[in-house]
Amino acid sequence: MSRVGLVVVSHSAGLAAGVVEVAAQMAPDVVTVAAGGTADGEIGTDFDAVSAAVERASDGVGVVLLYDLGSARMVADMVAETLDDPDSAVVVDAPLVEGTVAAAVAAQGGASLAAVAAAASEAAGLTAGSDAEPAGIVGDVDVVGSMSLVADVPEEVAVMLTNEIGLHARPAALVARAMSGLDARVTVRLGAAKADGRSVLALIGLGARGGDEVRVSATGPQAAEALAAFQALAARNFTD
Amino acid sequence: MAASVAEHRVELIQLDRVIGDGDHGENLDRGFRAVVSALDQSVPDTPAAVLKLVATTLISKVGGAAGPLYGTAFLRASTAVNDAAELGPAEVTEALRAALGGVVARGKAEVGDKTMVDALTPAVAAAAGDTVAEVLAAAADAAQAGADSTVPLVARKGRASYLGERSAGHLDPGARSTTLVLRAFAAAAGES
Repeated sequence: MSRVGLVVVSHSAGLAAGVVEVAAQMAPDVVTVAAGGTADGEIGTDFDAVSAAVERASDGVGVVLLYDLGSARMVADMVAETLDDPDSAVVVDAPLVEGTVAAAVAAQGGASLAAVAAAASEAAGLTAGSDAEPAGIVGDVDVVGSMSLVADVPEEVAVMLTNEIGLHARPAALVARAMSGLDARVTVRLGAAKADGRSVLALIGLGARGGDEVRVSATGPQAAEALAAFQALAARNFTD
Repeated sequence: MAASVAEHRVELIQLDRVIGDGDHGENLDRGFRAVVSALDQSVPDTPAAVLKLVATTLISKVGGAAGPLYGTAFLRASTAVNDAAELGPAEVTEALRAALGGVVARGKAEVGDKTMVDALTPAVAAAAGDTVAEVLAAAADAAQAGADSTVPLVARKGRASYLGERSAGHLDPGARSTTLVLRAFAAAAGES
């Protein structure tokens, strides 16, 4: 499967590499390339290095670029504009770490370029875990269509988390990945808090631990499959 | 132009050290040196190609925001002059206008933000004359006045904006270097 690739543009080589390391743990099959620092190892951003990184990250279905601050955005924009197909790259305004992780998980699940970019840009504030509305839809537009059907009553199941860490980083990434591949809108609730089942950061933000019972609801054509997938993951304690 | 930047390298570094991170002079000097050595190797056939070579060299060699900003300016200027074999007053005016458009699009700065836009905007407005030299001299004079007007401003864009109120009372390094570049253009046009 071709996946959207990611490029982390930072003023610091160490920072870029660290962000890539975190993302790779949650999305092992996504090509995430670090482009940090200048050619002579100084703090700054390097147009040529970012161009090369975009080339390496590209698998034919697009690349999302994330940046740390100031001129990193300008360099990322310029690189995107000078591509043979400027539409094949998207520069996203997102918190670097959260945005990269959210984009990586979406890309791992096979999401489109637009969906991966949306996952990144919606990452801001998702870790708060409040009862805010679930983040916008990370999947394709047809999910929105299914939401408007009056008869589309959400199905809901209660799931006991029996693994020790509950919906922490890796389990959350597994859930988000599984849900991203289905045509369903999934909401996971813990008490009054709720999270979009496709958002790894929102899921982590719930703070659901082992021994907690979460309620999972889904709407859309594949709602039943989504709930079954969640139950199956929980039943095997979110192991790969 | 490279000589002017080199000559003013220390001044730019000092301006930038006060309200930026002190690398503007160093970076631009490195960039324009690279431009000179690229042009030493081969001079492209058309003005547009020369401007494009300057753009790509600056983008690659100048770190910080100045690389993308100057690079975009020269790139847009290159596109604006198209395939003209020689640049007259009209082409130069159009190139300056395109350069400003590029810098604004790239940096999202407006007049009053204490950036190079404060020099380039009045320069474009004033760029007029019967010869290329006149156009560029008028632009450089207006850029100078525009740069001077940045002194009391509080920076709203770029590295100096992190300083907030403390950026007031200092000349903006980007506006200053923009003036130097235009002045160098004007001097070159006056000689030819």
